[in-house]
Amino acid sequence: MSHLEKDSFGAKLGMWLFLFTEMLLFGGVFILYSVYLTRYPKEFGLGGHQLDLVYGATNTVVLLTSSLFAAMSVTAIKTGAKKLTLGLLSGTIGCAFIFLGIKYLEWSAKIHHGIYPNSPKLIAGPPGESIFFSLYYLTTGLHGIHVIVGAVLMSWTAVMVTKERINATDNVTLENVTLYWHLVDLVWIFIFPLYYLIL
Amino acid sequence: MSHETAMAEGGFWRDSGKTGIGAWIFSTDHKRIGLMYLYCVLGFFLVGAFLGFLIRLELMAPGPTIMTAQTYNAMFTVHGVVMIFLFIIPGIPASFGNLVLPIQLGARDVAFPRVNLFSWWLYAIGAIIVLTSLFTGGGAPDTGWTFYVPFSSRTTTNVSLAVFGVFVLGFSSILTGINFITTIHRMRAPGMTWTRIPLFTWSLYATAWVQVLATPIIAITLLLVVTERILGLGLFDPTRGGDPVMYQHMFWIYSHPAVYIMILPGMGVISDIIPVFSRKPIFGYKMIAFSSLAIAAAGSAVWGHHMYTSGMSDLGILVFSFLTFIVAIPSAIKVFNWVSTMYKGSISLEAPMLFALSFILLFSIGGLSGLILGAAATDIHVHDTHFVVGHFHYVMFGGTGFAFFAAAHYWLPKYFGRRYQEKPAIIGWVLMFIGFNILYFTMQVLGMEGMPRRYYDYLPEFARLNFVATVGSWIMLTGVAIVVWNLWRGLFKGEPFTGNPWGGASLEWSIATPPPTENFEEDPVVTHGPYDFKGAGVP
Repeated sequence: MSHLEKDSFGAKLGMWLFLFTEMLLFGGVFILYSVYLTRYPKEFGLGGHQLDLVYGATNTVVLLTSSLFAAMSVTAIKTGAKKLTLGLLSGTIGCAFIFLGIKYLEWSAKIHHGIYPNSPKLIAGPPGESIFFSLYYLTTGLHGIHVIVGAVLMSWTAVMVTKERINATDNVTLENVTLYWHLVDLVWIFIFPLYYLIL
Repeated sequence: MSHETAMAEGGFWRDSGKTGIGAWIFSTDHKRIGLMYLYCVLGFFLVGAFLGFLIRLELMAPGPTIMTAQTYNAMFTVHGVVMIFLFIIPGIPASFGNLVLPIQLGARDVAFPRVNLFSWWLYAIGAIIVLTSLFTGGGAPDTGWTFYVPFSSRTTTNVSLAVFGVFVLGFSSILTGINFITTIHRMRAPGMTWTRIPLFTWSLYATAWVQVLATPIIAITLLLVVTERILGLGLFDPTRGGDPVMYQHMFWIYSHPAVYIMILPGMGVISDIIPVFSRKPIFGYKMIAFSSLAIAAAGSAVWGHHMYTSGMSDLGILVFSFLTFIVAIPSAIKVFNWVSTMYKGSISLEAPMLFALSFILLFSIGGLSGLILGAAATDIHVHDTHFVVGHFHYVMFGGTGFAFFAAAHYWLPKYFGRRYQEKPAIIGWVLMFIGFNILYFTMQVLGMEGMPRRYYDYLPEFARLNFVATVGSWIMLTGVAIVVWNLWRGLFKGEPFTGNPWGGASLEWSIATPPPTENFEEDPVVTHGPYDFKGAGVP
């Protein structure tokens, strides 16, 4: 094949490979989770009950909605509907902010109750509980960073759409950013039941 | 600049009239990026080698010799970190991979040239962070390059920064891997079927998969060490319910496969050099190609053999021991095929071939001593002794290091349009080879006799062999200095190197020397295999 034309299949292949590495990154945390769950099933259950189910469930809905917007934006750009695409992208970015806002409320409530890594309360409690909350902060924190990165990428994509650098014929960048966003969503789909719904 | 006068012949050195440092550090040309990697990794190799020399000097005689115990701890840590993360992992894939891979495939560049440049930047930034950690904070890290908890989460030295630097380097490695996989899948020239891909590129393909699939695990593990130190998560702290052995599992899930990131490209180099200097097609092309993939796959499942003494279950030891032995099969296939290629060949003993031949011998010694470590019974005797140090230096330096120099003598003249002098190259090689064996074979003997690794001081009965090993390190370092000096001088001032003097049949030998920026004037159509010397019109 000629090397001068843009290879959108190649670009997507590269993105999928990158997403594999992201899955493995979170996989490391999930390995720790599974090992410590078998070691401290009771404490993990008790820890899970202390997390706020309403916050968690709302955030799940918010992220799923954002993924819907993102997926629709890809369809929209392919028909050349620039305004609709921008609207849908703003929807995704808006959802990202709502998600982070709720996460902030959730974390600050926990920290207010003296539950944070290395806190006197957790050190005094059973070891399994401390492990549970350490993993909780680690996983949701890492996920939160990915949400921020995703939102930044989405905003950058929106600028590119405005400038028509991403358009009906050349839109693999938008597709790739959307794929990234779906990964962020997907990881949360695992985090939610593991931490909030356990037992 | 003497650079430009030397490169007056043109090629990518002169194309588009761009000169100055900006034309290099912002260039997306895979050849320029490859050379930038090469200068960096070679620089770090010399730094690492010098630190190793100082370590050996300290161990020359019992008791304090030239440094304090704390300095010694920092010294072997920094030697390990520099050699592993800054030299040997990016060594062949990032430098020679970038230089050679697109041309061997008949492509004008890699699939994502800008990502490629970004990888190099990440490498440079990561290296700067690692170097900064040595001179700031609580001083150079003293944990050993493995950053084992609980010590790494407690020591007051600058572990957090060093670990973060390694994290950035891992990102660079992942992006290079993704780039190579995509390039190999999407950018092969017409006629370049999977069984016509040169074996060096095949080995990079296997390596790239390991880079992509293993590196994220070390990324998360290193993040865990940093958070453990900063936030006190307690995930590896037994007093808080954590388990330090979990750290070892996660660390080696990456770091054992990383051993194959280090050695596979070296094997690829050898597979390309042996047939050219034997004037014979490679024996068992497909077996060599597939054994790379087999090593990559089997090598990903053997991390537990680092932990036989950590209190793993007997069943676990049995399984990991079995899997470890399996890796020997594809490795042996390669060695037998290289030897068979030479059988009845017309062997020409020039510098690349000498390095390649010594690779086979040293890698075999390293591999066989690896079996002693793979078997639980013998491993428990020599675990964490100098035997292990000798073993992995045989594989890493005797293997990859010698392959690195083989590649440098084989390919670099192609990119510089000038060549090194033959005589100093051979003298340097002889000194390296002799010094190497005196140094590391002695280490293996010391380990068998029970001298532990990482120790600052030792019992008087080890004094004589330690002295011998230190003398070996002097001989070897003299050889390295001659080889590097000769390459450096030759590539900038040596005799012109044009055409196809080695008589290679892979695509990089069919284009101009030095290669033009676009590699090929017209996209090539491949009609013969990389070792089909008659098909390529090589006499």
